[in-house]
Amino acid sequence: MQRIGVFVCHCGSNIAATVDVAAVAEAAKSQPGVVFATDYTYMCSENGQNLIADSIKEYGLTAVVVCSCSPRMHEATFRKVADKAGLNPYMVEIANIREQCSWVHKDTEIGTPKAISLMKTAVAKVNLNTPLQEGESKVTKRALIIGGGIAGIQTALDIADAGYKVDIVEKTPSIGGRMSQLDKTFPTLDCSSCILTPKMTEVAQHENITLYTYSEVESVSGYVGDFTVEIRRKARYVHEDICTGCGLCMTKCPSKKAKNEFNRGLNTRTAIYTPFAQAIPNVPVIDTEACIHFRTGKCGICAKNCAVQAIDYEQKDEIITEKYGAIVVATGFDLIDLKPFGEYAYNLSPDVVSSLELERILNAAGPTSGHLQRMSDHRQPKEMVFIQCVGSRCEDDRRGKPYCSKICCMYTAKQAMLIKDHYPDVNIHVFYIDVRTPGKAFDEFYRRAVEDYGVDYIKGQVGKVTPQADGTLLVHGVDMLDQKVVEINADMVVLAAAVEPNPDIRKLATMLTLSIDNNNFLNEAHPKLRPVEAATAGVFMSGVVQGPRDIPETVAQAGAAAIKVVGLLAKDKLKTNPCVAQSDELYCNGCSVCQNVCPYGAISYTEKEVRDHGVRDTRRIAQVNPALCKGCGACSVACPSGAMNLKGFSNRQIMAEVDTVLCQ
Amino acid sequence: MTIEEANIREEVLLICGCDVTRCMKCGKCSASCPAYDEFDIKPHQFASYIARGDMYELMQSKTIWNCLGCFACVERCPRDVRPGKLIDGVRQAAVRRRGGTHLQPEDIPSRIDPDTPQQLLMSVLRRERK
Amino acid sequence: MSVTEKMTSPEAVLERENLAYLGDAKGKSEGEWTPKIVAFCCNWCSYAGADLAGNNRASYPAEIKIIRVPCSGRVNPLFILRAFQKGADGVILCGCHPGDCHYMTGNYYTRRRMALLFSMLDYLGVEKGRTRVEWVSASEGAKFAATMNEFAEKIRSLGRNVRLEDIRCRN
Repeated sequence: MQRIGVFVCHCGSNIAATVDVAAVAEAAKSQPGVVFATDYTYMCSENGQNLIADSIKEYGLTAVVVCSCSPRMHEATFRKVADKAGLNPYMVEIANIREQCSWVHKDTEIGTPKAISLMKTAVAKVNLNTPLQEGESKVTKRALIIGGGIAGIQTALDIADAGYKVDIVEKTPSIGGRMSQLDKTFPTLDCSSCILTPKMTEVAQHENITLYTYSEVESVSGYVGDFTVEIRRKARYVHEDICTGCGLCMTKCPSKKAKNEFNRGLNTRTAIYTPFAQAIPNVPVIDTEACIHFRTGKCGICAKNCAVQAIDYEQKDEIITEKYGAIVVATGFDLIDLKPFGEYAYNLSPDVVSSLELERILNAAGPTSGHLQRMSDHRQPKEMVFIQCVGSRCEDDRRGKPYCSKICCMYTAKQAMLIKDHYPDVNIHVFYIDVRTPGKAFDEFYRRAVEDYGVDYIKGQVGKVTPQADGTLLVHGVDMLDQKVVEINADMVVLAAAVEPNPDIRKLATMLTLSIDNNNFLNEAHPKLRPVEAATAGVFMSGVVQGPRDIPETVAQAGAAAIKVVGLLAKDKLKTNPCVAQSDELYCNGCSVCQNVCPYGAISYTEKEVRDHGVRDTRRIAQVNPALCKGCGACSVACPSGAMNLKGFSNRQIMAEVDTVLCQ
Repeated sequence: MTIEEANIREEVLLICGCDVTRCMKCGKCSASCPAYDEFDIKPHQFASYIARGDMYELMQSKTIWNCLGCFACVERCPRDVRPGKLIDGVRQAAVRRRGGTHLQPEDIPSRIDPDTPQQLLMSVLRRERK
Repeated sequence: MSVTEKMTSPEAVLERENLAYLGDAKGKSEGEWTPKIVAFCCNWCSYAGADLAGNNRASYPAEIKIIRVPCSGRVNPLFILRAFQKGADGVILCGCHPGDCHYMTGNYYTRRRMALLFSMLDYLGVEKGRTRVEWVSASEGAKFAATMNEFAEKIRSLGRNVRLEDIRCRN
């Protein structure tokens, strides 16, 4: 039996005006387990707190009920008082007789019995309380960033500058991501690589940052503060530590027909290559599918020409295992596949290009050295058509995405202006559904394209793009405002393709038990208030992996993710919430229902050897990881055998509350 | 919108099974339409006409008789509004109200172009006689 | 059949017992009967909404007794059955709006689970009006009070609940 003390607060007149507090205290005395009950003007004042602390000691209380304001207000206060007085803080229960009694009822005749009822309920619950201990778990002071685009780079730099070790895992041979493929950025038109390259160099030179390029996350285990991650470093066939980055191997390589991924397949590259000139690390990779040596066993020219013998055809994939305290997912995006959009003739003509392909064409380091050219005959186009919302805002899930890709309106205005700047004689027509320009200086930017550069914006869509015999593209659309058919003989058509999360995110989400939405974007822990935290503790997100966004938003979010990581890594130990689920192995039948409903991946199964009437047997038993469990109790309701329970809100406690509420 | 119009609208929506509120006025239907110039009310306007309930205007439009029923708009509509079916629905509602059809079978022989494929005649007849 | 036979026939006995039971129930329902209503509120939205109702001094009937649970998904159907067994006249379950669950998916489970439970209870004679799920956010104090007033009014109009009640628990 508990020795319970009941403390009834007047809260000045807030409670005392409508509740006879003395009567509540008096009624408490006859409750089972109650050894002491009193009332006081302000329980939360220092005197009130001392009253509770002294009573705990004087009467040897094992549990405390405070009848006062909402537990959301002062539960923490009274728990601290109990803790100081040597009582387990989780032996304190609050009866909410202010917000849910004295403030909603105006009559003492109603308020007092209700307050007594609430007090009894709290007493009934506290009778079944058990001391709970906050767990502690260690924090490995190292962060992992998955993805080396601008989101990953910025997050890594911010964490590293705060003094913590950071590792970046990047799938491709170089960091830089999509931003390195862009020519200019809106709305300032500054050169993308001019602002990105210094950051990339900073990452490479930062003493706290380790780069794993051409690597992928293989597996993740553990939990917040203590993740164990296996990283597969794919064989480069070039020793990173020996290579000087002179580039001779690339100039000598006789295999020059491989598709250049960095230029979106618009031109070719050698078999041994770096994706682009400013690649970090500036170490080439051998593409084994294109390399003559790997295909035929002959050649070997690169190895012969390498002055430092950095090339090693025998190199193997390497798995490294590292421990991390926090993980940031920044895997970014790609454009959707445009092949299903047959009406735009993307498959039929090389002069129909995606917006990212145009970006490469406009870039001085791109396939046309920055000259605006048709990819078919290298002629400079005179008439250009931009088609907006290709695959965005499209309910047809076979080819499009239901969301707005957010960046297309702005980059189309940007590309149109860039082209007009260099080639004022090009006529540009933009077919749009809506022009969406919410952002600092965004609408002004779009208006500049219309007013200063004379870009022709047409409200309406294109129905069909037909390649003509003379090499032009007949674009058939309507102007919805004029109700007229518009037919343009264009030289080039640019499709503003929808963005989609990098497809790798599905695999990663499974490894990290992250929740993803219907479109494969990551879900945040709270859409408004915890926008950079994933539901899994210790995992954060940065960039387009969470939803379409532009560069400044991504950088802002990267900073936000970084400060969250730093806040986590700054702690030596993590206190874990003791109100977590607990499985009773005697009842557990190993059905996995709890594992399926757990949103945090906190439940795992182990084989346990048991002796059942002298017979040895192994049984599958659920185990809750208290560091991951957030105490929602979903498992305790789903469990068909009643093995799962939630500490602090156990089945018996809630049942006792129900009984007490009703039996009076 | 009169009560009668509201009833016609219900009927049309029932016939075509489309949701006009999904339309985002992108104009892709009109852009895809091979008979656009033959229409007085354009395909992309159908959703808003029906949403507003201007059913008499729709039923008196040339569009419902000039639509080829090629369903290019249905195929390309990014929001799954399917304007072709809306037009078809209005046409059927109109047919039902006139107690027959816009084109009587006996009027057809005089209009036949010798080059018209038989199949087209049959499909038009079937559609108009519904 | 004699009068005695009529009085002692199984049907008559059953009917008398039923009448006595119902009479007892009716007896209580006359005069000072007030309904007993249990409200389960999730800690993060609805409990905070209830607090806000208090802050705004929005009144609702005293027979509504709130039980705090971490998440509406924590409410085991057994708790609701227990409430009816113990003589509750109505049970209302409040959680975060769909999509706003503090634990991400808890209220989705609630929504499905309760749809099933309530139709079962309806089948057992506990009318649909006696059970309710309502989404109340932390900012909807006025909605909380309005919902509670409305629910209490509904329970009053339905009268005392005798189905599922275990009269041995009655005090």
